[in-house]
Amino acid sequence: MKTSLSWLREFVELPPGLTAQELDNALTNLGMEVESIVDQAATVQGDLVVGRVLTIEELTGFKKPIRFTTVDVGRGEPQEIVCGARNFSEGDLVAVILPGGELPGGFRIGARKTYGRNSHGMICSAAELGLGGDHSGIIVLPPGVAEPGADARPVVGLSDVLVEVEITPDRGYELSLRGLARELSYAFAASYTDPASLVTAPEPTAEAPYPVTVDDTAGCDRFSARVVRGIDPAAPSPEWMQKRLIAAGIRAISLPVDITNYLMLELGQPMHVFDLGRLSGGLVVRRARPGEKLTTLDGVARVLDAEDMVICDDTGPISLAAVMGGETSEWQPDTVDVLLEAAHWDPVMVGRTARRHKLFSEAAKRWERGVDPRLTLVALERAVQILTEHAGGTVDERVLDLDHVTAPATIALDPGLPARSIGLPYDAERVAALLSQVGCAVTGAAPLEVTPPSWRPDLLAPIDLVEEVARLGGYNDIPSLLPPARGGNGITPQQRRRRSVGRALAENGYVEVLSYPFVAPAAADQLGYPADDPRRSAVRLTNPLSEQEPLLRTSLLPTLLGTLKRNLGRGRRDLALFETGTVFLPRLAQTAPPVMGVDRRPSEAEWIAANSIVPAQPWHLAVALTGDAEPAGWWGPGRAASWADAVEAVRIALSAAGVSAGRVTVGAAELAPWHPGRCAAISVDGTVVGHAGELHPAVVSAYELPKRTSVAELDLDALPLPPVTQARRISSFPPALIDVALVLDRATPAASVEAALADGAGELLESVSLFDLYESDQLGPDKKSLAYKLTFRAPDRTLTTEETLAARDAAVAAVSARFGATLRGA
Amino acid sequence: MSYRNDPYDPKQAALLDPAALEAAVDDARKAFDAASDLDELATLKSAHLGDRAPISLARREIGSLPPAAKSDAGKRVNLARQSVQGAYDSRLAELEIERAAKVLVTERVDVTLPWDRRPRGARHPLTTLMEHMGDLFAGMGYDLVEGPELELEWANFDALNIGPDNAVRGSMDTFYVDLPGLVMRTHTSPGQVRTMLTRQPPIYVVSPGRAYRSDELDATHSPVFHQLEGLVVDEGITMAHLRGTLDHFAKAMFGPDARTRWRPHYFPFTEPSAEFDVWFAQHRDGPRWVEWGGCGMVNPRVLVACGIDPERYSGFAFGMGVERTLMFRNGVSDMRDMVEGDVRFTANFGMEV
Repeated sequence: MKTSLSWLREFVELPPGLTAQELDNALTNLGMEVESIVDQAATVQGDLVVGRVLTIEELTGFKKPIRFTTVDVGRGEPQEIVCGARNFSEGDLVAVILPGGELPGGFRIGARKTYGRNSHGMICSAAELGLGGDHSGIIVLPPGVAEPGADARPVVGLSDVLVEVEITPDRGYELSLRGLARELSYAFAASYTDPASLVTAPEPTAEAPYPVTVDDTAGCDRFSARVVRGIDPAAPSPEWMQKRLIAAGIRAISLPVDITNYLMLELGQPMHVFDLGRLSGGLVVRRARPGEKLTTLDGVARVLDAEDMVICDDTGPISLAAVMGGETSEWQPDTVDVLLEAAHWDPVMVGRTARRHKLFSEAAKRWERGVDPRLTLVALERAVQILTEHAGGTVDERVLDLDHVTAPATIALDPGLPARSIGLPYDAERVAALLSQVGCAVTGAAPLEVTPPSWRPDLLAPIDLVEEVARLGGYNDIPSLLPPARGGNGITPQQRRRRSVGRALAENGYVEVLSYPFVAPAAADQLGYPADDPRRSAVRLTNPLSEQEPLLRTSLLPTLLGTLKRNLGRGRRDLALFETGTVFLPRLAQTAPPVMGVDRRPSEAEWIAANSIVPAQPWHLAVALTGDAEPAGWWGPGRAASWADAVEAVRIALSAAGVSAGRVTVGAAELAPWHPGRCAAISVDGTVVGHAGELHPAVVSAYELPKRTSVAELDLDALPLPPVTQARRISSFPPALIDVALVLDRATPAASVEAALADGAGELLESVSLFDLYESDQLGPDKKSLAYKLTFRAPDRTLTTEETLAARDAAVAAVSARFGATLRGA
Repeated sequence: MSYRNDPYDPKQAALLDPAALEAAVDDARKAFDAASDLDELATLKSAHLGDRAPISLARREIGSLPPAAKSDAGKRVNLARQSVQGAYDSRLAELEIERAAKVLVTERVDVTLPWDRRPRGARHPLTTLMEHMGDLFAGMGYDLVEGPELELEWANFDALNIGPDNAVRGSMDTFYVDLPGLVMRTHTSPGQVRTMLTRQPPIYVVSPGRAYRSDELDATHSPVFHQLEGLVVDEGITMAHLRGTLDHFAKAMFGPDARTRWRPHYFPFTEPSAEFDVWFAQHRDGPRWVEWGGCGMVNPRVLVACGIDPERYSGFAFGMGVERTLMFRNGVSDMRDMVEGDVRFTANFGMEV
């Protein structure tokens, strides 16, 4: 809502020296968002003076006609000014900005040479002064308005303060001078004049000036109309009206249309003008028939919905009610007989129609937010008065008013409720006084019987009244008091796990990223998913930001690889990234949830049924690595990141999540997008929870990533929560260390060998660690040697050599039995 | 060797002469002191303390002395020997200290050399900030709760008093999906609904998480963003409790000078409702009020839809943008830095925010 302070002052006696800051604070504390407060006088800097054009010389030979003028600006010699406009004559008074001045938008004026002449300053148009969009020429001031040299600001209308506020959607009444002025009267305890009280509306007459039937009084609970005949179609809108419309950001069109817009701003009542001569037969207000067509004023042919309300004559729909008029019945430049309509429409209907047709007109905006239903006759009377005053014509004395408006319901308010909700003492007297101030009729004592005013359809329940008490009483007086602690559990085990995993990875060199979960359908092919891979089944956004990425991710990898690439593109070579986030896994059955109301809690069965259609959204962890995991330096060469780092990242994560190493098994796996020979499946307690390894070369090439890029993905929500860890007894007896080197088939997994060693060695084995992996021609092409350090220790004694050797032999025997291993060198 | 019956022969006992002993001690001391390192000192040791050293030879001559003179001479020789040994020991200690000092000098390294063989990682500042916020509320006795990002339309809108025709519903830039009855949640508020549907008051929860609105990414908007939502439902809860909670939170986040300022606003799920600013003294452009979030008293209609008796209980709710908080608190000027995943942005924060 944009308007000017001078207009507001007509209805509320604001303090004379009101500053922009005071006005801003008042509006803000009333609940409006102040977009701007512009003092027009300050928008043009320097000397903006009245000038009289003395001579005009037409310059020729340029692309457009140019005038060289001399202008008396009331000081010294006449100014020489070059001007491109032609709508003025010698002797006219004009507005001149002198060198050193500055126009809105930071446009500085100097003395310069142009079109071969010197130009000292500029003759201004309304647009150049920020006074609206009229580019037809410079401003020609009325004769005698001021002497040359006088400040031109008050003369051109640069003396007002423009205010733009955004209102909340529950307060439609603030979209009018009537409502804004009323609000400001609370803030400044200033006296207020309701613009609706300026005229006395005539009573409706038994006979209508034009036949109208309302078929659907739910959609249109009031329809009022007046008729004026024989107006001067050429009569322009008065300048003051045009200025106020421009200040409000509304284009001036014609006197009848401007009047409806002006009164919409002043009173908040949208109106419509029909050309009486273009109507055929009586008007009918009804719902549209499905498929009916109407070409609205914006030239768009619209197919109507059964819910839309229309105004029809014998030819069919002529207006999309409350939203936009139709082409066939609209005021024309030759219109002499007009029917002025002021109605009241169902806000829900208007909102739906506006959204359906994407037509958010100024009128629709007001209807949707609530319009006072008691204003139709007042607005019509004002309109008729202004119209006849400026365009003549004869008013039809008959007044149509089909009124089915129901009065606002009375709300029973416990007078103690405001104090109990706000936490400040408000006695019944003060509650009643504040509610009266906003226009409520308050009677009774306990409870207070509160009848909201007709312009406040948002006041429906006691809590709505509490809000008005709190707002006018002042939010910032509310004390600051901590509620007593009630004992809580803090973060959930799942949150604790995500934190631990995140910290562990960060401490191990991984940098966390947070990617958008939107992916392209092509990602499934780029990642090499087989045709029947469940990860191909994804939820699709129906209104994605980018048509290229309409799917919700089923894996963190595609978006993480995108982030990896972006970093590579910015010149990083060595990267280790991780992300924890949700993936979206659609259910197989896709049914609608049950319809649940809001007048009670959904039943347990409804709630369970509703949640059963919500896709599973488990938290995943993914890592991606490329380049060096450990950099080269003065200490020596670096170490390239590999599949092994990816596997280790999962182990780090599992350890941080409280899963002990003994519960984790790693086995070879084949799964897209991993390299089939370099992919590990990681299981906890025998259940696969994730995969890690090197990306398939085809994926590397599809994503244009560096060779050997490695990734891992883990379903964090699939992990068991950590148990209470049992302490382990620590033996203080010395260990016995023995190394064994085993020759095995190359395909034998090290993890299996280690498991066999542990099984065979028995309880005396404290730890086993692989310290060498060796392959050579001597061993044979299909052989490898694994060398392990075995540490034995007993809880209660120092082991003898015999005991240790026996345990070692048992360990080796187990590997031999399972995998045919031999001792190297044996 | 003893010559008990031999007459005293002064020639044979010349080495026992006090002057000779003194000279021997003197020689030894000079020699030791002149030794420049431990090796040289070791070499000199046998010359002055070995079997063929003058004092050792003198000791042998004691036997040739008459019994009356033996005791006296023995004492003299012992004293001389102790002197030489003392001279040796003290020089040895000196040289050992010198050598240890030399070793330390030769072992000197350049401690300023880098050793970043294992690069450090970092956590995303939004994650860290959300954890920080969550911990503050955990300390105040709140539970942290979560809900799905792809959410029931009913929980995201209807239950929060955002009916199908509410203008707010149309203005929320909702992402819709190809599944009926579901939307990408436009705020973390459906977490409130889920909490109230699963437990009765007293309820003290905060819910940090991701939300979605179909805004194009620019310096100050992101279609995917994070919020922290708070909900309290209990007996006797007032707006004063809401203010106290927000003021406490503001001080914990922004220092002891922080406080909040409220502006009346409209949210369908709270009434009365307010937007609130926080006084941020450390703002990099100078102390100022900064828009921070929205809050209000839980609308009784919401309590009813969630099965809580609005006659008995009242509550408050609040929410703030985590990105917005990070922007003004930590001086991030471009929202894109938070979403692009450039490691330089994140590494700058390390493990804390």
